[in-house]
Amino acid sequence: MTRFNRYRIAFQTILTKEILRFSRIWIQTLVPPAITTTLYFIIFGNLIGQRIGEMDGVRYIDFIVPGLILMAVITNSYSNVVSSFFSSKYQRHVEELLISPVPSWVILSGYVGGGVARGVLVGIVVTGVSLLFSDLDIRSYGWTLTVFVLTSILFSLGGFINAVYAKSFDDISIIPTFVLTPLTYLGGVFYSITMLPGIWQKISLANPVLYMVNAFRYGLLGVTDIPIASALVIIIVFISGLTAFSLYLLNHGVGVKS
Amino acid sequence: MSALLLQDLRKTYRNGFEALKGIDLEVAPGDFFALLGPNGAGKSTAIGIVSSLVTKSSGRVEVFGQDLDRNPEGVKSAIGLVPQEFNFNQWEPVAEIVVNQAGFYGIPRKLAWERAEQSLRQLELWDRRKDQAISLSGGMKRRLMIARALVHQPRLLILDEPTAGVDIEIRRSMWSFLTEINRQGTTIILTTHYLEEAESLCRNIAIINQGRIAEHSSMKRLLNQLHNEVFVLNIAQELTRLEELGGYRWQRLDEHTLEVEVNRGQSINGLFQALAQRGLEVISMRNKQNRLEQLFIGMLNASRGGAAK
Repeated sequence: MTRFNRYRIAFQTILTKEILRFSRIWIQTLVPPAITTTLYFIIFGNLIGQRIGEMDGVRYIDFIVPGLILMAVITNSYSNVVSSFFSSKYQRHVEELLISPVPSWVILSGYVGGGVARGVLVGIVVTGVSLLFSDLDIRSYGWTLTVFVLTSILFSLGGFINAVYAKSFDDISIIPTFVLTPLTYLGGVFYSITMLPGIWQKISLANPVLYMVNAFRYGLLGVTDIPIASALVIIIVFISGLTAFSLYLLNHGVGVKS
Repeated sequence: MSALLLQDLRKTYRNGFEALKGIDLEVAPGDFFALLGPNGAGKSTAIGIVSSLVTKSSGRVEVFGQDLDRNPEGVKSAIGLVPQEFNFNQWEPVAEIVVNQAGFYGIPRKLAWERAEQSLRQLELWDRRKDQAISLSGGMKRRLMIARALVHQPRLLILDEPTAGVDIEIRRSMWSFLTEINRQGTTIILTTHYLEEAESLCRNIAIINQGRIAEHSSMKRLLNQLHNEVFVLNIAQELTRLEELGGYRWQRLDEHTLEVEVNRGQSINGLFQALAQRGLEVISMRNKQNRLEQLFIGMLNASRGGAAK
């Protein structure tokens, strides 16, 4: 058997294992985002949104759709990988992979693939919910899908790094609570940064989530606060950096080997 | 070519603890090898390094001629590991754990299922294949780890205390299973605290203590080092009149039980003759202490004495 085929089978095994893991607990993984998004649409979209009117030339309820979808994708991609990889360390079944002839990049691809799979599934569920409240007229399928998948990859990598360093279950909830949620809420999900005073607009530009939300909004609605080319570059730079760092951690056995 | 070759293997943990102080070890292909030592001696560290779970500080590891530093994938493919602690996802079904492990070694799914079925049947777990691993008993979980370790048909199987906490019936069935796969050509390295297990299964032995190899020889040669053996005999007649026993040191434990020391140069036949001459009939006989255990404790005591000096 060729080396490529061995790696392909190993990757498929990790990916399938990951998909089965979150599918088995679908009530915990797939249902909550649908409920949360429905509440967002009812409260912010219908009740408050009607009083706000339009933002960036589109109805407020339509304006928040991309951000809400992406918020669910970010949260779920991250939490899938962080909880799965940390559990495998905690229960020590990560050793099954460490003793096997699987290169680090295949292990990383498998876990990230699992995060992307959950992100995509949740994204589809949330998109389905949003269709009940808004009239989505997707401007660019290619762009929308690209940003959707790249964002999911980026946050899956983030979850992986968090899991490598985590020593307790507290450690896997600190980053989502104190870093991820503020970045997402301040990343232009519910507002356009043009509404902010000058200094806050500049500070907002340091938030990577802003670029993803705007790039995704551009794909769905054709409106954005920032140049979309720079958004794509920033996402790719982040993915490259996090991939290199994750591989370094795995190759050196950080957090998994004595 | 050795199945396993360790040269000047050293490991110092980040907290400064020196677990291995330069060990050399060679295991021949097809051997059933015992690696013994007290808790904290360095056995699990050595096994961890060979199986890529622990990073060595220095030294060389070769498995069937393949260097761990140069060809880690080749080394990993040749090894099957049954660790001391349960290290599978307890929420996964039994068969899935074995099949997934095969997948990590690049074995196609169909073949993986065939092999999983074969080893799970041999280890009497096939009926439980759909159950979550957490529902298995301790002995079943140990057998599951053996099935998982064998699914990629490794040439070297490393078992770190595989029978710990397992009842005697299952332990014996595991012994016969391991003997059979060794007979079929798999090299086995076994660590255990049950010394009668090592004595009955293994042909060669290394004793590791305080990070160093204290003894490395064949089981037969090691057991020949015993200067004496102590037997406990159950005698049909009352022992009230026994005063001497033809040069054998003895003591009466109760009216029908005798403890006799057979030293080098003396024989069990001679002991039986001495007893028969005194009209005593032996109903049963057993070793007071396992022979390997006797040697092992002697060695550890000697090394502790040496360390104290």
